[in-house]
Amino acid sequence: MAALFTPRANVIMTASVLAIACAVTSGCLLWFAWPYTDYARQVGWTIEQPVPFSHQHHVAGLGIDCRFCHSSVERSAQASMPPTFTCMTCHSQIWTDAAVLAGIRDSFLRNTPMTWQRVTDVPDYVYFNHGIHVTKGVGCESCHGNVATMALTYKAKSLTMQFCLDCHRDPGSSLRPAENIFDTDWHRVPSTPGPAALLARYHVGGRNLTECSICHR
Amino acid sequence: MNAVRSVCIMAISLPLLAGGCDDMSKQDRENPYASRNSAPADIAQGTVPYHDAPHPVPPLTAGLLQRGRSEYHAFCAPCHAETGNGDGMVVQRGFPAPLPLVTPDGHALPSRHVYDVITVGQGIMYGFAQRIAPEDRWAIVAYLHALARSQHATRADMTPEQQASAQ
Ligand code: HEC
Ligand code: HEC
Ligand code: HEC
Ligand code: HEC
Ligand code: HEC
Ligand code: HEC
Repeated sequence: MAALFTPRANVIMTASVLAIACAVTSGCLLWFAWPYTDYARQVGWTIEQPVPFSHQHHVAGLGIDCRFCHSSVERSAQASMPPTFTCMTCHSQIWTDAAVLAGIRDSFLRNTPMTWQRVTDVPDYVYFNHGIHVTKGVGCESCHGNVATMALTYKAKSLTMQFCLDCHRDPGSSLRPAENIFDTDWHRVPSTPGPAALLARYHVGGRNLTECSICHR
Repeated sequence: MNAVRSVCIMAISLPLLAGGCDDMSKQDRENPYASRNSAPADIAQGTVPYHDAPHPVPPLTAGLLQRGRSEYHAFCAPCHAETGNGDGMVVQRGFPAPLPLVTPDGHALPSRHVYDVITVGQGIMYGFAQRIAPEDRWAIVAYLHALARSQHATRADMTPEQQASAQ
């Protein structure tokens, strides 16, 4: 009886086994790694908002502080989204007939809140609190990027667990003096107190910030 | 026999385990922004208008002044300017200019008046009751007194060290 397989079959066999192994491994890698890529997490994507609000105009251009609009950021877990009333503080007098602001005026007259689409959102099983970070010297920029330059708001950091832990393992070098918290383009200068001095000033340290129950409670 | 037993065990335990598979990123957790329905746009029936409870004047400390400075710059300076002159950035873009917060003879406006204007607003200026906590309103009032004094400071107001360094 003639041989069932020619010698070429060996090569084909090895090649296909290798190909299958490769496909399975890369499939698994993709399966696990894909959710953590910047693309899947929509880092850098702008989202369509009911009114094209520009942080660049209001923060960098006009010099308005974050707290003017996100007023509870120092005291509560939520930074809070500005109610229509806040926009009308200024827009009741300026740009009163601009078409882009029609949504704001409508919302004010009809007494229905604006529905801003979320840009940053952590899953519900994560506990996050703005107040503690802001009062302990973590600037907005550490987690939200340079918001002041954004014509349309986008997510600048991945906000994965890895991202949180990178800082919680060693927060010292990410802390800044209290007067620079809201400055999204701040850089260390020679006169800035060092990490150790800032850790002491804010009484940070002495407990394990990577404990699971800090963020999953 | 053993095979049947393990099949039974699997048939019962696997669905039980699968019951734990759940999208935990969506939970029944309080979400202040959840929907139009939960947002507090309409005033609930049977409630009374919001009146600011009386808040005692906090003791004057350097910390209070510093807090007032920071809050003033965040909330008032866009219109009233850092100097209190009333030519802030938003006024330069067309907002009607307010009167100076410091009188020509170098005094701040009456404390109670300023506190009330911050709380409920005045004329075209909207109130800040929801945005600035009562202690912080007093801090701003205190800072305005310091601001007024600083604009009419004389050599005699300086400490001896400051006088020496200003030589
Ligand atoms: C004049 C009001 C105003 C000021 C000042 C302001 N913001 Fe905002 N901010 C908004 C509005 C309105 C939105 C919602 C629309 C959007 O996402 O662009 C928003 C959205 C955001 C978001 C995205 C929130 C989310 O999850 O959707 C971040 C982060 C943010 N602001 C940070 C800041 C920081 C940091 C500052 C100070 C440097 C600042 N903002 C100053 C009005 C303001
Ligand atoms: C402190 C005053 C102030 C507040 C509060 C404010 N704005 Fe404005 N806004 C301005 C000024 C001044 C301009 C004109 C900017 C210019 O001339 O460069 C403007 C311009 C705009 C424009 C048109 C120009 C652009 O940026 O494309 C939009 C849209 C706008 N604002 C939306 C909002 C929304 C939404 C809010 C509420 C979250 C808000 N603003 C709150 C002062 C304010
Ligand atoms: C340590 C990281 C961190 C810092 C620092 C931080 N944020 Fe956030 N911020 C977040 C996260 C995470 C969310 C999403 C929260 C959620 O999904 O519940 C968020 C959400 C927001 C939102 C959306 C509304 C809300 O309350 O959830 C705004 C507005 C905002 N941040 C503004 C600010 C401002 C202004 C500052 C600086 C004073 C700041 N943040 C500092 C991590 C941070
Ligand atoms: C740039 C640094 C930094 C980043 C990034 C950061 N944190 Fe923090 N976090 C801190 C500091 C500093 C503290 C205060 C620690 C203390 O008081 O001892 C803190 C405290 C906390 C606390 C309060 C702990 C307690 O029990 O009082 C929580 C909750 C928390 N962080 C969650 C998060 C989450 C969730 C993220 C990611 C979205 C995050 N943090 C990202 C620096 C950071
Ligand atoms: C500093 C805050 C923080 C701490 C501490 C923390 N986590 Fe997380 N964890 C997060 C955040 C934020 C996410 C959400 C990541 C995302 O959006 O996918 C998360 C997600 C997870 C997930 C879901 C899978 C994933 O990675 O998306 C698991 C499982 C988890 N954490 C387990 C733990 C365990 C176990 C510990 C203790 C060793 C721990 N976490 C400590 C912030 C934290
Ligand atoms: C959007 C611009 C704007 C902002 C922000 C603003 N004001 Fe005013 N303010 C005005 C205008 C305009 C008037 C004049 C109101 C009128 O009489 O119609 C005024 C009036 C006042 C008065 C009354 C002056 C008098 O002569 O009786 C006081 C006091 C005052 N503001 C204090 C403040 C303080 C303190 C803040 C910060 C918390 C602040 N304002 C924020 C625009 C503003």
